[in-house]
Amino acid sequence: MASITHFNPSTPKRDLAVMGIFALVVLTAPIWATPIGANYPDLLQRFAIFGIFAIGYNLLFGLTGYLSFGHAAFLGVGSYAAVWIFKLLTMNAILAVAFGMLVAAVFAVAIGYVALRRAGIYFAILTLAFAQMSYRLAYSVLTPITNGETGLTLDGNDPRVIDALFGGGGEGIPNPSLFGLELTGYAAFYFCAVVLILAFWVSLKIFRSPFGLKLLAIKSNQTRMRFTGYNTRPYVLTVFVISGMYAGLAGSLMAVTDPLAGAERMVWTASGEVVLMTILGGAGTLVGPMLGAVLIKYAENIFSAVNDSQLADLFGFLPEPVTDLMVGVASLFVGEGWHLTLGLLFMAIVIFLPGGMMEGLYRIGGAIRRRRAGGRAADNSAVTQPSE
Amino acid sequence: MTDNGNPTGWSRRRFLQTGAATTAGLGALSFSGTAPTGFVRNAWAQDFRNNPGNSDTVTLGFNVPQTGPYAEEGKDELRAYKLAVKHLNGEGDGGMLNTMQPTALKGNGILGKKVDYVTGDTQTKSDAARASAKRMIERDGVVMVTGGSSSGVAVSVQALCQDMGVIFMAGLTHANDTTGKDRRRYGFRHFFNAHMSAAALGPVLKEQMGTNRKSYMLVADYNWGWSVEESMKNVTEEMGWETVNALRTPLGTSDYSQYLTPVRDSGADVLFLIHYGGDMVNSLTQAVQFGLKDATVNGKPFEIVVPLYSRVMAQGAGEAVAGIYGSTNWHWSLQNEGSEAFVKSFGEEYGFPPSQAAHTCYVQTLLYANAVESAGTFYPPEVIKFLEGFEFTGMGNGDTLYRAADHQAFKPVLVVKGNDDPQSQFDLLEVVKEVPTEEIMYPADLYPGNLGPYEV
Repeated sequence: MASITHFNPSTPKRDLAVMGIFALVVLTAPIWATPIGANYPDLLQRFAIFGIFAIGYNLLFGLTGYLSFGHAAFLGVGSYAAVWIFKLLTMNAILAVAFGMLVAAVFAVAIGYVALRRAGIYFAILTLAFAQMSYRLAYSVLTPITNGETGLTLDGNDPRVIDALFGGGGEGIPNPSLFGLELTGYAAFYFCAVVLILAFWVSLKIFRSPFGLKLLAIKSNQTRMRFTGYNTRPYVLTVFVISGMYAGLAGSLMAVTDPLAGAERMVWTASGEVVLMTILGGAGTLVGPMLGAVLIKYAENIFSAVNDSQLADLFGFLPEPVTDLMVGVASLFVGEGWHLTLGLLFMAIVIFLPGGMMEGLYRIGGAIRRRRAGGRAADNSAVTQPSE
Repeated sequence: MTDNGNPTGWSRRRFLQTGAATTAGLGALSFSGTAPTGFVRNAWAQDFRNNPGNSDTVTLGFNVPQTGPYAEEGKDELRAYKLAVKHLNGEGDGGMLNTMQPTALKGNGILGKKVDYVTGDTQTKSDAARASAKRMIERDGVVMVTGGSSSGVAVSVQALCQDMGVIFMAGLTHANDTTGKDRRRYGFRHFFNAHMSAAALGPVLKEQMGTNRKSYMLVADYNWGWSVEESMKNVTEEMGWETVNALRTPLGTSDYSQYLTPVRDSGADVLFLIHYGGDMVNSLTQAVQFGLKDATVNGKPFEIVVPLYSRVMAQGAGEAVAGIYGSTNWHWSLQNEGSEAFVKSFGEEYGFPPSQAAHTCYVQTLLYANAVESAGTFYPPEVIKFLEGFEFTGMGNGDTLYRAADHQAFKPVLVVKGNDDPQSQFDLLEVVKEVPTEEIMYPADLYPGNLGPYEV
């Protein structure tokens, strides 16, 4: 498989710039999301949460090449753990997030220990099997813990021991909070955004570390790596667990923004979704998975909501028969047909840009640089170092 | 600074262009009125989330399954919603607007505002349904969310609407939980529930099948299935039946053979198929293919019962439904003013009769509109107070009461049977009995729950 993972001898200064731009873009999301109709807290939260999920997945898949097909299990486990903290102890988000990551990590150690005995397709099948097992368990066998298909929800009668200790609790069901700040709407988005920036920073550090380099070496040739005297399994297991914790973090944030956990979060299509996000954005790149997550969540939430009357308004300026035709054609791709749009997009990207959206951006950047370099060649032929 | 000497590549021209674009974007934000509302929630009492204020239009959110096992029902619900919007805006023949009593609706929108709508796909999943409802509330500024067709979805969306302070008019949801343990102040259900189905079906089953029966249940594994299982067990066991087994099956199963095989060897002579939508079509068709309908067990003819029936499902299952009993909220063949008006306008619009899901969704939309019109405000607590204890008629079910204690509507329930000799492709169910409200009424605290506050 073609890969565009270049090992860039990056400078700390450049990393700082990348971090700065990333943080700026994330925190200003309510502004740039407005023209594309995505500026509402729920979708922005989803961008951030699935961004974390995909960034974490990319640590495993992008660096080591191990294709896990069961990451949704960790996401679901994180959600359940967080909701249970909300039910039993406190509505404070910090504890819920910490516990969600911890439980996901324990799960990842157990699954990773078994699944990492194999590589390639066998590893993918093993993780898929574990995820489906978790899903089935959550769906029916563990109903007392998970409340089956209905999903685990908060209840006015939940004990919430720590909150009760501080005299909390009023009428109705409380919202998750951060030391008194209620995490709803934009407050919840900014909470997720800060966590996303931290998660991105950790991922950047891993990419640049000797540990990350070893993972890349495992990806390019594990056998040769072993011959040089490295035992590769502990490294892969470590990154598998880290990646699982990212998923658990994303899952517990989902519970923070919406205190509900359902088994459907663990189903295999949810695992497939994060693979799509990563490949769509660019596996092995830093920012790519985040882009993929935004694209897929945008399609899921915005395209699926477009209906015929909105299309008719859009094409309203055309003569009526043409409008009807356009609406008829376009309605195949929006509303319930949004999967079709996504499928075509995915095919186009995999065929024409095997490195994902990031490869597209690199190519555009390269073309601009060449043009600019060409234009300036007369007076400044020494321009070789790109500014980005 | 000349263009050539600018190392960042930002010319004055580009700067101006970008600035203009940003301004236009911000302008669009303020113009479309979808500015962030998250910060101003609860700012003062009479201002409430998504207050339409002086706007000329008011937006309703139709959140229905367009994919997943209940998609067929969802599509029919959407048709009904669109028809209701038409009628509310004074287009078309007015449908049940003409037969509803009492009514304050004038066919000029709601409180003079033209009714607009947005749609969303619940995918028959709680997560997706809540995401879709949140989009409607946070971005599209809807004053009311409505939809179905799964109780798991209804319960979770209803809880969300309570938290957000937006009224939820439940579409097709049949579990006792929706107005039982998970009832909410902001949620209302016009559809009947599992308790009523069991209470209505019980006497008919006793009459048709006797008191000495062994039943086997295949149950959709979520709150609705559990609810129907509990209610049916209570009623049938009280009349002397024995429940051999209740086997829970995952939602969205396509092959039921693994669940049907044990039925034959269990010694049971009645099979309850507690499935809905596409699931019921699959399980019933496969049960008939297994020869269960023609079998004789314990010297009695083997019977299949589908506690919650619908015409859409009957159409999907085709001939398999002949002679099979079930219950339904409403059927298009009912001969009363409201039903006839609704069937006529639905038929003229779409070319076939509406389903019970379509009916309940249409009625819910009108009931909400009427409550706002009568209360004279969109302010949810006032609308809720109007609907609590509201009595009405002419909506196809006869006299109906919205009970204040649990927000459940009470009206007669229909027991139906698959038609042995259908006259058309829609004439698949015949109404065996119209069970009066008194027989299916139950105390509000039978399924204890807490409605929660008016102000959120």
